Amino acid sequence: MTASYYLHWGVVQISLANFLVILLMVLVFVLALLLPFPGRHDRGDR
Amino acid sequence: MTATAERGSWTASLRHRLARTVPPGQVLPDRQPAYVASWIYVFGVLSLASLLLVLASGIVLTVGGPTWWHTNAFGHFVNSTHLWSVELFFATMVIHLWGKFFMAAWRGKRGLTWVTGGLAFFGSLGTAFTGYLSQTNFDSQWISTQAKDGLNAAGIGAYFNVLNGGQMLMWHITLLPLLVGVIVLLHVVLVRRHGVVPPIDETGWLPGTQPPEREQPPEPAGRAEPPAPVEPPVRTDERVPTARSRS
Repeated sequence: MTASYYLHWGVVQISLANFLVILLMVLVFVLALLLPFPGRHDRGDR
Repeated sequence: MTATAERGSWTASLRHRLARTVPPGQVLPDRQPAYVASWIYVFGVLSLASLLLVLASGIVLTVGGPTWWHTNAFGHFVNSTHLWSVELFFATMVIHLWGKFFMAAWRGKRGLTWVTGGLAFFGSLGTAFTGYLSQTNFDSQWISTQAKDGLNAAGIGAYFNVLNGGQMLMWHITLLPLLVGVIVLLHVVLVRRHGVVPPIDETGWLPGTQPPEREQPPEPAGRAEPPAPVEPPVRTDERVPTARSRS
């Protein structure tokens, strides 16, 4: 088993895998705000 | 049953109390306000779905015993299902939390809904922690030896001993799931009672400011027939158009 790769910013350190998971969650959050929801009709009416 | 007889009946009292807490049309509504048609409102129910998967895979692991999953391919599969459903549970729950934070979802007397959500989050952290301690492998040993000093320094090591694998396993499969389950149930009941929080621009006020005068009595969305008023209105958000009325 190989050791995890860690990122370091001063006193902050986080494994690359955990950092990527957080980035993915932020991406999903932004997409949830931007992507239209299926079946919603009111956006084109404005 | 006469009204006098109902006053002395605990079943009738409980029935009335339940009806007051969540009126019949709000338990499982078939309509929601138009603003709910957004992906950001999906993450709460995704958390619930993940939690059900966590519980189901955890029950299978419980039947096999603490070390059973090491010994066969199906055990590995169930253990991985348990782990990844927990990962999904936390990811969806945190995105749900982000969404509700930026919506200021405690508006409209929803403070207790917000608080129970927070408690569910912290209870889930403890449940996940004891789960990592119950893996019966080197990882759980490493985590327990790293955690013991902090917990001992906090003065709770004698009561919550992370080096005691049996105690951690019992907390993980009985006490903490019960706690999280009850809190999540309360959270869902409160969401159904007060309804989904409307966007800030729908109510026209920002957190920290005084809400505008209500133009009309609150009307719960998704209720087919308004029930007879038994106490002051439970819905506190402003009236908003429903998905059906907008489309």
